[in-house]
Amino acid sequence: MSANLQVAVLGCALWNSPQGARPQPSILPANERRRAPDTVAVALQVAQAACLNAGRDPAQLATVFASTYGDLAITDYMCSTLAQAPTTLSPTRFHNSVHNAAAGYWTIATGCRQPYCALGAGDYTFAAGLFAAALQVCADQTDVLYVAYDTETRGVQAQLARSRGVLGVALVLGVTGPADGAALELEVSSQAAAGRTPGTNAMAACLPLIAAIEDRQSQVLCLPFGPDSSLRLQVRHGL
Amino acid sequence: MRPLAITAYTVVCATGYGKNALLAALQDRRAPLIPNDFTAESLPTWIGRVPGLEGEQWNLPAELAPWESRNNRLAWAGLHTDDFTTAVAGARHRHGARRIALVMGTSTAAIDATEAFYRHQADPPSTPPHLRQGELHTPHSLGHFVQSALGLEGPCFTIATACSSSAKVFGQAERLMRLGLCDAVVVGGVDSLCNSVLYGFASLQLLSPDPCRPFAVDRRGLNLGEAAAFVLLERSGSELQLLGYGETSDAHHMSAPHPEGLGARQAIEQALGRAGRRAQEVQYINLHGTATPKNDAVEALVVAQMFPAATRASSTKGWTGHTLGAAGSLEAIITFMTLQTGFIPGTLNTRELDQMCGPQIRLDNAQGDVQLALSNSFGFGGSNCVLLFGRDSR
Repeated sequence: MSANLQVAVLGCALWNSPQGARPQPSILPANERRRAPDTVAVALQVAQAACLNAGRDPAQLATVFASTYGDLAITDYMCSTLAQAPTTLSPTRFHNSVHNAAAGYWTIATGCRQPYCALGAGDYTFAAGLFAAALQVCADQTDVLYVAYDTETRGVQAQLARSRGVLGVALVLGVTGPADGAALELEVSSQAAAGRTPGTNAMAACLPLIAAIEDRQSQVLCLPFGPDSSLRLQVRHGL
Repeated sequence: MRPLAITAYTVVCATGYGKNALLAALQDRRAPLIPNDFTAESLPTWIGRVPGLEGEQWNLPAELAPWESRNNRLAWAGLHTDDFTTAVAGARHRHGARRIALVMGTSTAAIDATEAFYRHQADPPSTPPHLRQGELHTPHSLGHFVQSALGLEGPCFTIATACSSSAKVFGQAERLMRLGLCDAVVVGGVDSLCNSVLYGFASLQLLSPDPCRPFAVDRRGLNLGEAAAFVLLERSGSELQLLGYGETSDAHHMSAPHPEGLGARQAIEQALGRAGRRAQEVQYINLHGTATPKNDAVEALVVAQMFPAATRASSTKGWTGHTLGAAGSLEAIITFMTLQTGFIPGTLNTRELDQMCGPQIRLDNAQGDVQLALSNSFGFGGSNCVLLFGRDSR
């Protein structure tokens, strides 16, 4: 028998631009805001908005960052340059290519010394990140900021990766929340869940959950979590 | 925290295949690093390349052939060394495939395959079909591949926090086990040599033109290496144990450590705190010790301030190179061997230590009864992770 994870939703934020518009997060200094990769811009935008929404100090929150692909534009730049003129590789683009770039910029911008995690799980990334964040809330009895994002496929990579637009989502999760807030119960199930609709963003699996939280609907969602498993999510709202 | 038992482990790196090959190279002070022969353009540095990885012996079986890449080949070699796959099969029998989680660490996963796909753009029809497999080109290709290879069905994800990746997997394992979400966890890290990191670290001017000299007064940077390291964790079944872990962020700079090592120090305190142990009790520390000027200066300062002179500390990167996302698990395994055999590695290639090193940092190998050991991992993006391992003497 598998144990369940129960967490309160203290705040949430979404940036969803199917056209690929990127936000300009005010938490970054102006020069960094311009230069930041799209993934960093969208991650920091929703992270900051969710903390405001939750009324939590970002410097005190442990974080989990999740992305299916990382920054697709940087991967395209890196691999094109390596194929053509490898010794001209930009050092800045290289250090921005790490999967934890958004987490690194976030902790620097907020002065946060709490631990962060950055992860990926292919088609199961949104559920895996949510699971890891809820795991940390329950295991460490602490509030956790969960940030998930993906951007649009660039260049020849369109043949390899499937993702459209810019989508970022952030949830502040806690052990307990306000009586009228939303709460989630997570359970790993051996039933496979339906995959993503072609032509959407790789993080589109988050959208039904955000809709359920914002519309104050109590419902059960099934997110793809593995080749033969799903994450069963019970969304509840207080009285 | 309640300790977790380390019931099996395996390692493949520049010293060859298996823990015995690694231990023998450490004991003989044999240096397997070679002049860079990996990149097409000349990059004057040394590398820790796994010998024979290209051989037919490590070809993936037909059902896993779509995952072909240097990184997954290295993972496959690791899984089939030190009887690791057999040990996991035993755990699967004991607990069931759904009750075994898999948490992998990597920095670049199978990016070598993405690089190859782009090289074939000069002549697209020449592209091998497996390179068109989308799932190969994500950071999770490692987790997905290992999950398929081991037949595991529990929660599975891949951590990519640069050089701390496969240290942080131990923390996730402990949380999963503590909350009863699984009964065993396979953790580990795999990072293979690729153009992204060789040219990338060259662009940052962090590659040493000669064999790296950790903590040396004349150190000139790091050497890149590659490794696969896997560990099976269960609630009981071994005297070798994970006792604690600490995870912090520097909040300072993307590619340079905090000048006073604040995050590193807090991670060490957290790891000791979880186990209720004191710095004075730590007998060996496997340092991050990349041989870059900044990392070693900060780490030396932290060790000198926190530990007594009797604590021995060393960097083993002179043997293996810096294996990036695999370094956390690789160096955890070196501390396992120290706890099990009493062999304490020194530091290779370094002749004269930087004057900021305290008496803890040693060049020579030693032998002793080690019951408590730390392993440090600090990464790009200011991600720190420290692991505490011990031998249960009860």
